[in-house]
Amino acid sequence: MKIGVFICYCGENIGRTVDCAKVAQVAATFPGVEHSEDYKYMCSDPGQNLIKQAIREKNLDAIVVGSCSPHMHEKTFRKAAASAGVNPYLVEIANLREHCSWIHENVEEATAKAIDLVRIAVEKVKFNEPLTPIRVPVTKRALVIGGGISGIQAALDIANAGYPVTLVEKEPSIGGHMSQLSETFPTLDCSQCILTPRMVEVYQHPNIHLMTYSEVEKVEGFIGNFKVTIRQKARSVNAELCTGCGLCMQSCPIKKKAFSEFDEGLAMRPAMYVPFPQAVPNIPVIDRDVCTYFKTGKCMMCQKVCGRQAVDFEQKDTFITEEIGSIIVATGYKLYSIDKKPEDSFIKGYGEYGYGKYKDVVNGLQFERIASASGPTSGEILRPSDKKEPKKIVFIQCVGSRDESKGFSYCSKICCMYTAKHAMLYKHKVHDGEAYVFYMDIRAGGKMYEEFVRRAIEEDGVKYIRGRVSRIYEENGKYIVKGEDTLAGVPVTIDADMVVLATAMMAQTEAPQLAQMLGVPYDKYGFLAEVHPKLRPVETSTGGIFLAGACHSPRDIPESVAMASAAAAKAMVLFGSDMLEREPIVAKVNAGTCAGCLYCKKVCAYNAIEVKEIRNRQGELVKVVAYVNEGLCQGCGTCNATCPSKSIELIGFKDEQIFSEIHALADMY
Amino acid sequence: MSYGYYPGCSLSGTAKEFDISLKKVLQKLSVELTEIQGWACCGASSAHATSHILSIALPVHSLLLAKEQGLKEVVTPCAACYNRLVNAQHEMKDPSTRTKVETVVDKPYSNGLEVLNLIQFFNLLGADTIKAKVTEKLGHIKAACYYGCLLVRPHDVTGFDDEEQPRTMEAVVEAVGAKTVDWNFKTECCGAAHSIAHTNIVEHLSKKIIDDAIAHGANVIIVACPMCHSNLDMRQLNIIKSFPGQKTIPVLYLSELVGLAMGMSLKELAIDLHFIKADEILKPAEAVTAK
Repeated sequence: MKIGVFICYCGENIGRTVDCAKVAQVAATFPGVEHSEDYKYMCSDPGQNLIKQAIREKNLDAIVVGSCSPHMHEKTFRKAAASAGVNPYLVEIANLREHCSWIHENVEEATAKAIDLVRIAVEKVKFNEPLTPIRVPVTKRALVIGGGISGIQAALDIANAGYPVTLVEKEPSIGGHMSQLSETFPTLDCSQCILTPRMVEVYQHPNIHLMTYSEVEKVEGFIGNFKVTIRQKARSVNAELCTGCGLCMQSCPIKKKAFSEFDEGLAMRPAMYVPFPQAVPNIPVIDRDVCTYFKTGKCMMCQKVCGRQAVDFEQKDTFITEEIGSIIVATGYKLYSIDKKPEDSFIKGYGEYGYGKYKDVVNGLQFERIASASGPTSGEILRPSDKKEPKKIVFIQCVGSRDESKGFSYCSKICCMYTAKHAMLYKHKVHDGEAYVFYMDIRAGGKMYEEFVRRAIEEDGVKYIRGRVSRIYEENGKYIVKGEDTLAGVPVTIDADMVVLATAMMAQTEAPQLAQMLGVPYDKYGFLAEVHPKLRPVETSTGGIFLAGACHSPRDIPESVAMASAAAAKAMVLFGSDMLEREPIVAKVNAGTCAGCLYCKKVCAYNAIEVKEIRNRQGELVKVVAYVNEGLCQGCGTCNATCPSKSIELIGFKDEQIFSEIHALADMY
Repeated sequence: MSYGYYPGCSLSGTAKEFDISLKKVLQKLSVELTEIQGWACCGASSAHATSHILSIALPVHSLLLAKEQGLKEVVTPCAACYNRLVNAQHEMKDPSTRTKVETVVDKPYSNGLEVLNLIQFFNLLGADTIKAKVTEKLGHIKAACYYGCLLVRPHDVTGFDDEEQPRTMEAVVEAVGAKTVDWNFKTECCGAAHSIAHTNIVEHLSKKIIDDAIAHGANVIIVACPMCHSNLDMRQLNIIKSFPGQKTIPVLYLSELVGLAMGMSLKELAIDLHFIKADEILKPAEAVTAK
């Protein structure tokens, strides 16, 4: 076997700590090495050409590249080798950057280690076999989890490209938080006016299968071949018979027993309800926790008035299973709780602002509802406690955000903008009112964003005070806001009529469970993680699963929409081909020696081990053996380590390859 | 039942009523207190203003004595002592501090003691135990429970109740049949040790607390801290002088209120030692005896 060794300096990344020329020189003396050289940027075009040229000139059979992590450039070098006629799986990477130069300082020692790493790779590559990628079919149907603006956008993009989409939303209607907003920054256009046409488009789209009041129950399979079980929660209304006339809701005697989720608890709703008049689908649902029938077995008013006999108290949760090729997660966010300190949570709440003790201390979404024409006050700015117009209002930014002692170190990103918008809306509606904003910094990066904030300050006369608020208490019907003006260096006291807290955006409570179900990593806050923060911002480390919107991190509407379209594009890339190529690094069973103990099946985390019957020519069962489903196998090697009879091997990491690596290292000492 | 007792200096001096009333109440409940033999000053404000290690070594000295004397829980009625003791326990979790302090006290340190403030102690004994000994009706008492700063803060150290909206003192007060009011300044600063050097600051701060309690309908302020008591009770005399027309309000220790509910007299509980007389508001209780 003729092996070529190529040592990369990675500019200064490796070259500063490792004597690359020396590594190449020493490698040239290793048995089997026919060619060895070093170059400043091996991943560059000229660098790759060096490899191709050497392969052609010296008839090399295998390649070892001493460079960065295989995560970065293994593909690059495999491609280069393949184009010169060497099987891509006869390329091995010695990681001289992450495993060596970046973590050491002493040049001599680092160089010695680099030589070891290259020697190990050379010994391994001698046992590498030519492999061909596994091809699996792709199911061209997407699943979008979450029906807010991100999910809606992703579903529409994919559906418009001609692929079928299943859109799952846990609430009775799609629309998400955006449907609750009054106006949107920086243009002040009405949120519902721009959103509802999209919602209707989703409903009517022939390629979209909309499942509201549903939740994803189980996800199996892998990229291109997911099997997803969805729970359709019992609506207690037959969706096919219901015309959405609304008679049932009017007849429901339980009008004021439940807080409206849509109005953020500022209004009540009946037990039989649609979240808001423009709901999609316009099919009501019975809240079984408050419905009289479900508590006492009596009432049934809604059933009596329904001309279509659509009310079905006996309805049960149903489950459907879908074959899915790609999943887009768009589950959104929730707000930091100001009401109370959640139990067993690292969130500490804001007792000093009154823990929901004071009715007129509201959060950002509640103020959206108050300012919204469809809200409980029909858009008039009235405080919740006595429905009077507040003449002095205080907005406090960064409530929960950028406050490590209260739980979150991160910036929620949207609050500077929406607070400016709130203050502006307030001033537009209460002309003689005074609006104060307490802020830490104003972060208004974005097209027309800074201009928007300046407009609030300069044109609408909103008073911005840089500083924090230490506490709020009630005195003679006023809310005494105690704060500090850190620019003037003086304490500030404002006797406000109403206070709006720009509470932090946080991950949905169920986000970690969903992430675990999908096999997607998440951070300590519960936000789902992308695979690369710069270059692969919507992809997750699990193939075929993409992220959109605030489930990834705090995001505003334009960003969520852009991200959703990006995720949709990624899914469509996948659907663009009929077959998907996968790495052939999978486990393989030697049926001859397998005793059928199936320990491997027990330890496999991916359900990739199946049972296969071996029969003789007469059709009699000889024995059962393990069999690897190459589509599911992730090549983790657990089965390989578990097998008592050494009957499973991991292609590309066979025992002889691992042992040759160990020998190569042991010989040194 | 017996618990360790760390009285601290206040309880034999300015806060004698606190000591007397607590012991009377516990006698009624058949709970014994075993004073730590040889306890030292907790260091109060002076020690931590002088030397960080000294401020830890002083409480550690007493805690180690308690341990040697076989005590498991140590009741510390004074809020400042409580704060210094739990703070020392917290600081001793740091290995380098621990090594330094062990050198000073010349003993190896090990934790395993529970330091309890008065509210924690009453809650540990249980509402039912206390209720069983209640003989008087206190329904006319509307108490503003004042926690001050030392019991709940810093929350990472004391881990006691909620640092902004505490509720555990109310639980004890309500258990003995008195009413509580919701008010603003449960944990507001009373001015603490400024009482000596800057009396006017304390007057100003304490007045705010007193006024808010009265504005929310309270007829008594309940405290569990000698410093708070002296600032709210004794300094109320200055406040009356400085602010004409100022309303007064009696300030009682939690143990005194519990004692009243158990039928003890003002004199027995040493309430008559207070500067602001409590007779007026407590009269109905003395007159009406529930049997």
